[in-house]
Amino acid sequence: MNWWPLAGVALVVLGFALRFNPVLVVITSGIATGLIAGIAPLELLALIGESFTKGRYLLVLVLMLPVVGLLERNGLREQAEIFIGRLRQATTTRLLVLYLGLRQITAAIGLHSIAGHAQTVRPLLAPMAEAAATREHGTLEPETREKLLALSAATDNVGLFFGEDIFYAFSAVLLMQAFLADNGIVIDPWRIALWGIPTAVAAFAIHAFRIWWFARRELRPKARP
Amino acid sequence: MTALTPVYWLIGIVFGTAAWRAAFSRDNPKRVTTAAFWSLLAVLFLAGDWLPHALTGALVIALAVIAGFGGVGQSPRDPPDTVRRAASTARLGNRLFLPAAIVPPVVAVGFLLLSQLQRDGAPLFDKQALAIIPLAFAALVGLAVGCRMLRESPRVALQESHGLLDALSWALVLPLVLAVLGAVFTRSGVGDAVAQLVGMAIPTESAFACVVAYAVGMALFTIVMGNAFAAFPVMTAGVALPLLVGRHGAEVGSLVAIGMLSGYCGTLLTPMAANFNIVPAALLELRDQNAVIRMQVATALPLLALNVALMYFIVFR
Repeated sequence: MNWWPLAGVALVVLGFALRFNPVLVVITSGIATGLIAGIAPLELLALIGESFTKGRYLLVLVLMLPVVGLLERNGLREQAEIFIGRLRQATTTRLLVLYLGLRQITAAIGLHSIAGHAQTVRPLLAPMAEAAATREHGTLEPETREKLLALSAATDNVGLFFGEDIFYAFSAVLLMQAFLADNGIVIDPWRIALWGIPTAVAAFAIHAFRIWWFARRELRPKARP
Repeated sequence: MTALTPVYWLIGIVFGTAAWRAAFSRDNPKRVTTAAFWSLLAVLFLAGDWLPHALTGALVIALAVIAGFGGVGQSPRDPPDTVRRAASTARLGNRLFLPAAIVPPVVAVGFLLLSQLQRDGAPLFDKQALAIIPLAFAALVGLAVGCRMLRESPRVALQESHGLLDALSWALVLPLVLAVLGAVFTRSGVGDAVAQLVGMAIPTESAFACVVAYAVGMALFTIVMGNAFAAFPVMTAGVALPLLVGRHGAEVGSLVAIGMLSGYCGTLLTPMAANFNIVPAALLELRDQNAVIRMQVATALPLLALNVALMYFIVFR
């Protein structure tokens, strides 16, 4: 067994722990790991280039930025405040829990890219959550506001991750099925997808509780000194 | 050229205009490196399909070095025009949400239509294209609706996007350099070495210990690699199939399903999953780059513990 490639992992952990710039840490570890593993320099360059080229889809969020920028320039955040201000039933907790549920359900039927940090969190969810919290509790402290925005992003992640695995045609389920087939186990994808449901329900319950707890603990006392 | 190439061109154009603006922004002390950063990204997106991979690799390293040493500066932002904002909220009211709110349904319809398209009985677009193309199209629809409704030009929208790109700065390329690192790790056999380590640590006699090793191992491995899909084959071949299925007779379908979801708990905890954890912190302009991860810890850890329990009670039923 060759243990040397693990040096690359150690480098990443160390680099993050020492709070160097993540991009620098990651590229350094990549180059070091490749060289330690005996990949020829030119071949390593080609591997870096090829994987970057294939990964470019990760930046599709950039195409949302012009819309978001345009709307914010014309008062999107202000309108979110006005809108939430009129909806008395719209509390921070209800808003975020509703979003969590919708995100899980839509991901479970295969629609994962209909929402996301650039599509929905920055332009819609985060300003509405902030507006609801402000209406309920007054202007937020900067740290509380920062936590609330982070919670909005976290809610999108939890909804996506623990919804998508129920969709039987989602790549994760097919990846599992293909991997098992390679190992001589033939199984219907439904039998994998079905067992994602208990965890999905638990994820909803735990995160919904966390949202409620956050609204109760973090929003209330700090906003009313 | 692939089905996604036109999408990459559009993204490349956004980067190109950002480079152009950075090059002429006198108030940015890092003008040269900032312009170089956005220019390199523009080249990689516009010409990436045709450049030799080794050259692309060299450009990626240059990009990472500029980003990693703080070379990406910000141009000063105009203060918000409160008069304009008040005027358009008064004029449009909730219609102001329309350009953003139209994106999810357009993505949904686009996805459903494109997934029906076939050529010679095979789907025309793969899963990745099905996720990306409708979103890119919906963003353009949103932009068109927004420009028309607000009587603004796409040029203004591009200018506004530059402020958001400035806020994202180096965080924008982190998911991509992590994809690179994942590829290097795979080629170098990092996965096998980690699996070996985990294998050595498990007492194989106890079924419960094996369940813990598989679920927690998936989460830990995902924290290291930033991706549960990378952890899955290694941990399943190393722990789940030989020990849990082979030795203790676990049911395989529920085992792998809960195993993968245990990996997702790890995804919530790691800066290596940058597009979910670091990019949104930058996009929301939070001061702490790990703020989103911090909010996820108290969801991920109880859920992981629950996954261990679920796995133990379900797979041996």
